Amino acid sequence: MKKEDVPQDESSLSKANIKEVVYAVDKDGKYGKTLSSGWDAKTIALNESLELIEEQLKDTIQKIKDGELSPIAYYMELQRMDVVVLSGYVGLWQWKVKRHLKAKIFRKLNEKILSKYAEAFEISLEELKNPKI
Amino acid sequence: MKINFEHNQSAHCENGVVSNLLNYNGLKVSEPMVFGIASGVFFIYIPFVKVNFAPMFSFRPVPGFIFSRVSKRLGFKIKRHKFKSKEKAQQTLDAELSKNNPVGLQVGVYNLTYFPDEYRFHFNAHNLVVYGKDGDDYLISDPVMQEVTTLSSKELEKVRFAKGPFAPNGHIYYPTELPKDIDLKKAITKGIKQAYRHMLAPVPIVGFRGIRFVAKKIRKWPDKIGIKKTNHYLGQLVRMQEEIGTGGGGFRFIFAAFLQEASVIMENPRLAELSKEMTAIGDQWRDFAIDASRLYKNRSRETDAYNKIADKLDAIALAERAFFLDLKKAIK
Repeated sequence: MKKEDVPQDESSLSKANIKEVVYAVDKDGKYGKTLSSGWDAKTIALNESLELIEEQLKDTIQKIKDGELSPIAYYMELQRMDVVVLSGYVGLWQWKVKRHLKAKIFRKLNEKILSKYAEAFEISLEELKNPKI
Repeated sequence: MKINFEHNQSAHCENGVVSNLLNYNGLKVSEPMVFGIASGVFFIYIPFVKVNFAPMFSFRPVPGFIFSRVSKRLGFKIKRHKFKSKEKAQQTLDAELSKNNPVGLQVGVYNLTYFPDEYRFHFNAHNLVVYGKDGDDYLISDPVMQEVTTLSSKELEKVRFAKGPFAPNGHIYYPTELPKDIDLKKAITKGIKQAYRHMLAPVPIVGFRGIRFVAKKIRKWPDKIGIKKTNHYLGQLVRMQEEIGTGGGGFRFIFAAFLQEASVIMENPRLAELSKEMTAIGDQWRDFAIDASRLYKNRSRETDAYNKIADKLDAIALAERAFFLDLKKAIK
């Protein structure tokens, strides 16, 4: 890639005043660092993935309202976690976390377990039990 | 307390931390040189590991390999600590800083306050350098950022003890005992040899064969898993290829920069020619990303479009095969 071809499109990075390093060649063919504010092709890929996360979250909210899933599923996805990451934060086995995603089992959980989740999500017990969805 | 540490922005965090720490300790090596010596150029497709609902593609070796390969090939030692206790982790950090020793830290990205929201994922193999402390704030040199920044002790503790895959557990590291004479030529040769060995490996999901494998899949995906999923998989491939840290084109441009530098050190003009070829391959990857992004933006339903970008990927696989065979000849 030539230095003058390094894309300078708007992106989430440029909005936060961040530019990233791209390696490109100058007129004499010599390599060096060039700053790029963003590239549309990449932004489109990123947005595609964020849209999918949004869609997934909407789906989960519906399932909570239908009494299928527990609020833990909502907060987990909201904070872009999966079962593996969440199990690390609460210090419980993955299979246990998976069970706690079910509304039926969530209702039977004691305060001690619930506070572990509240702490992991950095929310209050009240917010965990009654999410604003 | 502030150590006189030079912050150099780099494309990739691990290269950058290694390069900046070595520079501080008196060994001048550029980011591309670190990357090349560590055989950073790579490709692997892992269909059975799903990240963010899509299979895993990677253009780089496993996190941590770059530092350990560079240390082995340049002959210096690394001291590493991991912790169970958060207090101990901070004590050790403070102790190193008070000895005027800037240190590398492995951290999770999700709670890094200076990153934009879109980039906050639970990715735990990010690297940065701490080079001092001002009251309760640690002075941070994050190689992917233009300028140095700070994190409070609470914020730093959070990212050092992020959980999930590759959990850092407070991981702290720094080079010790740099050798007086460094045989750069030997290290470069080793780096190049491992690079072509991996890229030409007789494994269907690795190197140029891996790229060809993905091309074959792209032809089948629309019928097998539907357009929507196919587009999501392609998006994942493009993200891994162009994500912050790659220097563009799935690390191919950094590798080309390395070959250019290596050509002078090795007094081997052939490597300079190959650097140009690698640049052309990097441009091919960029083209592929543009075409792929058009596909999922327009939600095109014609399968012919998928065959066309699969053709592009096939062409890249062929070009990389020819390239690494030539590289093998050039280094003999």
